Amino acid sequence: MQHVLSGSDTHAAKPAASALWWPAARLLLGLTLLLGLVYPLAVTGLAQWLFPAQAQGSLLQQQGRVVGSALIGQAFSKPGEFWGRPSATASTPYNGAGSGGSNLGPANPALAKAVAERIAVLKAAGPLPAGPVPADLVTASASGLDPHISLAAALYQVPRVAAARQLDAGKLEQLVRQQAQVAWFGSDATARVNVLQLNLALAGS
Amino acid sequence: MMLQFYSLLGLFMLLLTLSVRPMGAWLAPLAAGQVSPRWQALDAALLRVAGIRDEGMGWRQYALAVLVFNLLGALLLYALQRLQGVLPFNPQGMGAVEAGSAFNTAISFVTNTNWQGYAGESTMSYFTQMAGLAVQNFLSAATGIAVAFALMRGFTRRESTDLGNFWADVLRVSVYLLLPLSLLLALVFVQQGVPQTLAAYSEYTALAGHAQTLALGPVASQEAIKLLGTNGGGFFNANSAHPFENPTELVNLLQMLAIFLIPAGLTHAFGRLAGDRRQGWALYAAMSVIFIVCASGVMAAESQGNPLLAALGVDGSSGNWEGKEVRFGMAASSLFITVTTAASCGAVNAMHDSLTALGGMLPMWLMQLGEVVFGGVGSGLYGMLVFAVLAVFVAGLMVGRTPEYLGKKIEAFDMKMVALVILTTPALVLAGTAASVLLAPGLAGLANPGAQGFSEVLYAFSSAANNNGSAFAGLSANTPYYNALLGIAMWLGRFAVIVPVLALAGSLAAKKTLATTSGSMPTHGGLFIGLLVGSVLLVGALTYLPALALGPVAEHLMIWAR
Repeated sequence: MQHVLSGSDTHAAKPAASALWWPAARLLLGLTLLLGLVYPLAVTGLAQWLFPAQAQGSLLQQQGRVVGSALIGQAFSKPGEFWGRPSATASTPYNGAGSGGSNLGPANPALAKAVAERIAVLKAAGPLPAGPVPADLVTASASGLDPHISLAAALYQVPRVAAARQLDAGKLEQLVRQQAQVAWFGSDATARVNVLQLNLALAGS
Repeated sequence: MMLQFYSLLGLFMLLLTLSVRPMGAWLAPLAAGQVSPRWQALDAALLRVAGIRDEGMGWRQYALAVLVFNLLGALLLYALQRLQGVLPFNPQGMGAVEAGSAFNTAISFVTNTNWQGYAGESTMSYFTQMAGLAVQNFLSAATGIAVAFALMRGFTRRESTDLGNFWADVLRVSVYLLLPLSLLLALVFVQQGVPQTLAAYSEYTALAGHAQTLALGPVASQEAIKLLGTNGGGFFNANSAHPFENPTELVNLLQMLAIFLIPAGLTHAFGRLAGDRRQGWALYAAMSVIFIVCASGVMAAESQGNPLLAALGVDGSSGNWEGKEVRFGMAASSLFITVTTAASCGAVNAMHDSLTALGGMLPMWLMQLGEVVFGGVGSGLYGMLVFAVLAVFVAGLMVGRTPEYLGKKIEAFDMKMVALVILTTPALVLAGTAASVLLAPGLAGLANPGAQGFSEVLYAFSSAANNNGSAFAGLSANTPYYNALLGIAMWLGRFAVIVPVLALAGSLAAKKTLATTSGSMPTHGGLFIGLLVGSVLLVGALTYLPALALGPVAEHLMIWAR
């Protein structure tokens, strides 16, 4: 930079703070206009033009009626539906306007109590396979809106859904496996299923 | 599961390392205060519109400019929150934000902390999010980068009082760096499913049979800068765990890369300015070593699962699922947890309060190290350079030579500033935590019983004073007590560090640069990297081990002792 000011003495002396307020205010307001209005409105315009469906929340329709978003879970609770994860959103489960997790620590007795209750509800709702309960099916997600369950958690519910709908369990398992998405670098152990889309497929089959 | 994690970590480090050179090449001219001839006409026009004369500032003037600009920014953000009820872009009819919360949030966003005591989708209008919060996402990032530039100039200029011009630095960083990167990233996010609309929330009857209201908004434009600027303040309460903020594994990877992109690139820009790129790579290596070790630790802890739930018949082999999202699983959650706390970002894709005891301790400790493992944009580099000065000082003491770094003799005044920088945040963290576990209004906020409750408070002050912004979110922090105390911790953790950093920069710039001799300690090799890592870990360990023993360590022993 060519312009070193008038040397260290000037700087060491009291710089006039008052001389800084006006440039600061002008820069702040100018950048607020550019970064706070022009930028987000430009992104909005481009997004609505290029990717309108995603920009509006990836809504899914059934018979011309919005029934959900492909990215947001719902509080399924009938025996003939696949259930999503427990949700700790504000006021009601799967509240799309009140996201959040339980924030229960690992040793909190309230966590063990909630999990025990969820296991009891699962057991009461219909037949279950033997073996341990998939952990994601009885623990609250971070957002409370998690649209997925693990493939293991979906397969765990197959006997109940098959019984409630009087379907062949083998065919139902096939449907579940068709819906499974493999995680990056993952295997069946880390595969997942979108619960809303699985239930939509179930309703359509 | 470990194989999945290490594949993801490997991909992440590969892409990050590939980005270091191009980002450094982009940042170096900005750091040097140069504009390429092709852009000079545009640059001159931009400065004219902004009313800026690009004149050099001494360290005191630069520091005053930082303070004045950020004070005005905080006042404006406070006003916008209080007045949002009568301002436009408010389809949900959000009323004024409560005064204590608005105070806390204004400081939080101006200091690049982005601690959030409020829930975005039920508190903030679209206007406040766009013109208030997101603007400070840009400007607090630009402020941090500008201060890092000033310190870089301090090391590389000789017998000069000129640290550059703060106004020009903020303007150029915002317009030439942050804006184009954000625009690009925002559009990729929308393509992947992040909403970007000014319409009201969507309401419908869900397939499951219940009514569902979906919060929407101009999310993508804010999300991009939230990560690129290591801000971390989410549009929604659940932050990057919300499927609308972070819908896919690809977005999750891009978010993690965006957090480290500028802090990593700045190390290379520093090497370029110093005329020896190895100096930058040494800093990058030191940061990477600590990061990789901590990320592996978090993954190991989280994939252990929770034995207290396994006792109830839950499958423990798939990991600790409370507070995590299925699309990320243990691997991508653990990596994100480490990235966001190594950098002072504070965005979260899992709820940190529900992590295993040790899985929660590592992110807390990464913040307590002073946010120098990549750290915040700018603040990570200036923090790490302060530790580099400490490292050469310690080495100098060991062999009885006057310490030097990049040919600058490190003297008493410089070490005083280094000590101030290194001691300020631990003082804030430990005093704030101690006060809060002794006072009734502090204890009233605890959500979890026992050691975890203590950890919630320790985490909150570690996060605030180190300007991270993530939380053990069970803590009810939206109270007059925590809004005030954490607000003060954030402000001092930011500016009581920036001022001595600029003083150090001024002192270094005024010095001669000594020639390298056979007696100079090289600061680019393995020995120096080890020394630097050792200094960071030693200070962090000695300061915080007693407090950590009372929180996460006690919790871990309690869970696994049965």
